[in-house]
Amino acid sequence: MKKLRLIAGVLALGLAVAACGGAKVEDDSAAAPSASAAGSAPASAGGTVKMAINGWVGYEASAAVVSYLLEHELGYKVEKVTLAEEPSWQGMESGDVDVIIENWRHPDLKKKYIEEKQVAVEAGSTGNKGVIGWYVPEWMVQKYPDITDYKNLNKYADLFKTSESDGKGQMLDGDPSFVTNDEALVKNLKLDYKVVYAGSEAALIKAAKQATDQKKPLLMYFYEPQWLFNQVKLVKVNLPAYTEGCDSDPKKVACDYPPYDLDKIVSKKFADTGGKAFELVKAFQWTNDDQNAVADDITNNGMTPEDAAKKWVEANPTKWQAWMPK
Amino acid sequence: MVSAPVQVAPPVEAPARARRLPRWVAPVAGVVAVVVLYVAFRGKAVLPHDDDATLFHWLNDARDWVDANRNSSPIFLYVVNYIRLGAAGVYEAIQAGLVALGWPGLLGLAAGLGWLAGGWRIALVSFAGFAGVGVLGFWEASVETLALTLSSVVLSLLFGIPLGIWAGRSPRVRRIVTPVLDVMQIMPTFSYLSPMVLLFLIGPASATIATMIYAMPPAIRITAMAIQRVSGVAVEASESLGATGWQTLGKVRLPLALNTIMLGVNQTIAAALSMVPLTALIAAPGLGEDLLRALARVNVGAALVPGVAIVLIAIVLDRMTRAAAQRREGGTRARAVRWGGFAVLTAAGLALLPVLAQDFPEQWEVQIVRPINDVVDWIEAHWYTFTGFLNDVVAYGLLNPLQDVLTNAPWWLVTAAVLVFAWRVSGAAAGLVATACLLCVAGLQLWEHAMETLTMVLVASVITIAAGLALGVAAARSRWFAAGLRPLLDAAQTMPSFSYLLPAVALFGNGRFTAITASFIYAVPVVARLVEDGLRAVPGTVMEAARSAGSTDRQLLWKVQLPMARGSLLLAANQGIVMTLAMVVIGALVGAGALGYDVVAGFAQQEDYGKGLAAGVALVLLGVMLDRITQGANGRRSPHKKRNA
Amino acid sequence: MGTAAIEVRGLWKIFGPKADRIIGSPDADLEPAQLRAKTGCTAAVRDVSFEVRPGEVFVVMGLSGSGKSTLVRCLTRLIEPTAGELRIDGQDVRAMSAKQLRELRRHRVSMVFQHFGLLPHRKVVDNVGYGLEIQGVGKAERHEKARRILSLVGLGGHEDSYPEQLSGGMQQRVGLARALAVDPEVLLFDEPFSALDPLIRRDMQAEVIRLHREVGKTMVFITHDLSEALKLGERIAIMRAGAIVQVGTPEELVGAPADEYVADFVRDVPRAQVLSLRWICRAPEPGEPLDGPELPADTVIHDAVPAAMASDRPIRVVAGGELVGVVSRVDLLGAVRPEPQPVAAAASAGATGEEA
Repeated sequence: MKKLRLIAGVLALGLAVAACGGAKVEDDSAAAPSASAAGSAPASAGGTVKMAINGWVGYEASAAVVSYLLEHELGYKVEKVTLAEEPSWQGMESGDVDVIIENWRHPDLKKKYIEEKQVAVEAGSTGNKGVIGWYVPEWMVQKYPDITDYKNLNKYADLFKTSESDGKGQMLDGDPSFVTNDEALVKNLKLDYKVVYAGSEAALIKAAKQATDQKKPLLMYFYEPQWLFNQVKLVKVNLPAYTEGCDSDPKKVACDYPPYDLDKIVSKKFADTGGKAFELVKAFQWTNDDQNAVADDITNNGMTPEDAAKKWVEANPTKWQAWMPK
Repeated sequence: MVSAPVQVAPPVEAPARARRLPRWVAPVAGVVAVVVLYVAFRGKAVLPHDDDATLFHWLNDARDWVDANRNSSPIFLYVVNYIRLGAAGVYEAIQAGLVALGWPGLLGLAAGLGWLAGGWRIALVSFAGFAGVGVLGFWEASVETLALTLSSVVLSLLFGIPLGIWAGRSPRVRRIVTPVLDVMQIMPTFSYLSPMVLLFLIGPASATIATMIYAMPPAIRITAMAIQRVSGVAVEASESLGATGWQTLGKVRLPLALNTIMLGVNQTIAAALSMVPLTALIAAPGLGEDLLRALARVNVGAALVPGVAIVLIAIVLDRMTRAAAQRREGGTRARAVRWGGFAVLTAAGLALLPVLAQDFPEQWEVQIVRPINDVVDWIEAHWYTFTGFLNDVVAYGLLNPLQDVLTNAPWWLVTAAVLVFAWRVSGAAAGLVATACLLCVAGLQLWEHAMETLTMVLVASVITIAAGLALGVAAARSRWFAAGLRPLLDAAQTMPSFSYLLPAVALFGNGRFTAITASFIYAVPVVARLVEDGLRAVPGTVMEAARSAGSTDRQLLWKVQLPMARGSLLLAANQGIVMTLAMVVIGALVGAGALGYDVVAGFAQQEDYGKGLAAGVALVLLGVMLDRITQGANGRRSPHKKRNA
Repeated sequence: MGTAAIEVRGLWKIFGPKADRIIGSPDADLEPAQLRAKTGCTAAVRDVSFEVRPGEVFVVMGLSGSGKSTLVRCLTRLIEPTAGELRIDGQDVRAMSAKQLRELRRHRVSMVFQHFGLLPHRKVVDNVGYGLEIQGVGKAERHEKARRILSLVGLGGHEDSYPEQLSGGMQQRVGLARALAVDPEVLLFDEPFSALDPLIRRDMQAEVIRLHREVGKTMVFITHDLSEALKLGERIAIMRAGAIVQVGTPEELVGAPADEYVADFVRDVPRAQVLSLRWICRAPEPGEPLDGPELPADTVIHDAVPAAMASDRPIRVVAGGELVGVVSRVDLLGAVRPEPQPVAAAASAGATGEEA
């Protein structure tokens, strides 16, 4: 008797579900009110823009300035979602992210989310030029001039030994989510090193500062644009030169990182319905120096990202006014 | 009268005993055998790590399939996506409700609920706690965290309580559910995340579901216990009057179990609050996000403050539910006063809503991030030699040699050693389960990383248990010390686990020792508390008897208290190890590597997804293995149990 | 005798795996301890048969573990019997559907428990009205009824208290009121007073006697206290190891114990308080004077003493105007002497023990 009732209940539920024709992820309008509400709304009552915040301060600087303009000039509300790079792309699909304001290539993700799933679109360059590479503090280059050639790294491996590097030299990487081929590089270039993850950009910066102040040997993954280069002298180690396609198989990479033209990615939905917010994001473009200035304020001058953005916006009206939608 | 001479019997050696080998022979022989085998087979039959294992690719393919079919496979269309929608709906409703209340309304409601649950004291605690969150400058993020917590708690209870009732009523269900709950509670929080992302993508919905799963076991367990413990006489009386099963459930069992079930709610909330910050890794909003960002910037102050905000929320919810659990039914008048007070307080808050600003007033906020950071900077600058030295001592003295042994020993030797050890400590069943787990880890092709994680867990556990034992003994012997220690332990227990990473990072830089330090801070309170409770639970009469026989304090401790508290001590060790594992894994966020790193990388890098998923499973297996080995104590329960002890 | 209120035939209750296979097998005759050792099963009730007349107070007495509490629970299938026949008011209880059984419990048989079984979260009035509530009776009506019953058991004015605010004796009055509130035909008492202090126990026993007189329900009363059994029971069944050793009136038990066990039990009973003249009288011997004082046959020895002291003639014992026999002073003394007649003699004198 009881069982019968249960079965009836399950059947009823099943029918109800079937009647709805199933739930697709994009149907998830509740989870993604996003900019659709904005549409052509007046500046005073814009919609919400969900901006991914990736884990390095340069990104945050760009995000802060764009957010500041969206909020104070266009009347949008910006929800910042702290995420790693790949999950940010996934957020375009799930409706949790509208904008990635600084993207480091990611051809594989572009293929998946832009071409295949068609949930994201490109929104143009940020104007920033990105460099990724291996760096050593300047004093090491003075002391060991040939250290900047990767072929000589094994010779110096002992210098870089730490408690974490398993008897080999330590190659210090950042957040595991950052764009990196370093494990493959170490393996494929037959280097006697072990990749150790510091966990974050800040940890890398701290290590770089200590290495310079205390003259401790350090080999680390780092990148530009980066405010730190204004404070600490680091020298790039030359890896085998990058050639088009030499990094296509991530497991077989044996060449340097490519030059990066950083760009912006937005969700398809945001591109279609984002109105002025989308236009602003699309038009946003600045220089590495601009970004470094804001990042420096956030990191070293104790400013919140909002304050730093405000300062930059007030100092550079002509630059940002060019981005504003007509 | 002449007293009869006392007969002195010559000391008789028990003959059976003389012939048997001394007790230490077997263990020593075992150790010697392991050492000999290790030396003989070192470096042979090792299982080095391979990022390209076929299993990982296979899991990647599975992920790709899910990704491609998310919007076409009936499983997703009709089941998984609806679950996601449902969870999102619950979260959004609660979140919208809390936001709509505004800060005055929420403060009023909190005070009102506090009043309802436990009178003016709890009302004051609730008000002060939530106001404190605002003063710290984290009002909005805290509301998000609260919304996430409440929605997962609501869902946990929605499923957990009926399941608990069922388990409480049916021994068969109980037998099935118990081991599942055991595993759920041993599972490191980290390993929940990748599968959630696969099924439900990122975002608050996924976070709600992950938290719900994590928080449900106490709800089920305590409800089942409460239902079981309902007085059989009352139930029988009800049945004897012809009540149907449902009538007896609704009118007798549930009302009688209600107070205990409220304790289950309390535990569920505690569990949810410890999970919610971590879900920031899968794009859940709230205080976790602030923690994560602070972690990325290595900003100790910025991590500590949201941590304190979570502690405040935890205290409010804890006191409220605990008071509700102790509440007794009063007369009609008392009820009128209770509901009246609730209505007045809530209405007062809501009435202020239009008058006051929507956002929590900034001028009331207190900035404490900077002073904290100044202290940290000073410590960093001045203690550097000491912290560096400590790091190196542990790394070179303990971690590296042990890791060397574990990764270079043949896999069969490690497995055999675990089997024999677990068998001796916790019996045959435990030994077999532990061995099976270890073999499965090998099958997952994560042997080397698992051994590295195991190394950290072992070192961290030894340090943690030793310190916890010392603290617990001291607290049990001195009321004064205990009184001073308790609030510290309370706070330490409620802090979200990964806010401990930062002070450790600041002191020791990135690496394994940092993870060990963090897990030490995380697990020591529980160990210390269990030890203290165990020692205090030794019956007064026994202590009196021992004292009257002339025992010194030291003798009392070693010969009476510690042996009698054996159960609690084993439980403390068990809990210490399980918690250490959970935390060491999170240590991957600060460069501790091993399995934890695989998990982190798994949800950060596409091509590592399979490895991450496998690592999550391996962590669960390691957890079950460690738990079984230390299961000598029968009364093992949730890590949150000690709260109501 | 008309239809029995309760009729039990060959009732078994065996706890344990595959309990039903034991009945009818040779194992059924084993002593409980042996049975447990052999099969892992516990025989709590073994082949019990008895009848309870309408309006009768039937006491089941035994030591703890004798199976009496299990037996009383079997009567309404709170514990499912393993085998046997069970009729209440002629209806086969074991054949009842769940619904019929509920109806039986709701309207016809209710129970009072040793540990009261009150619901601590409900007021007294709602505890008493519980049985009516689950029948679906409206609130006003059940409160009205509950109040009436509460004043019947002497608890008027305590309606709005909570159980924990009452003493043990008062709590059991609530339990009694709850059982009475549904106006059942049969009341089952499972050691209702053994958790109470002796003085309160005496009050409560008097209460039950009074209630029985006033409401005249059929009662089955479980106790381990012999004096309680003798005081309340019209007939008493003595249980041992799951089986009934003897069923009889108090006089029959005391005067003619069926075996050593029963004899041992009743040894310390003040016989003068229990045995009636009918039990000890004999036919007048030839030439015996028949002009002594006349007393009814159900006078207990204790009450006959004044008459015997007042006259040296044998007392004439009458019932319904007819002479049943005579009792002399010597007979009286002989009947109350500590070591009574040998058991064997007593057994042959007409014990009605129903040994299994």
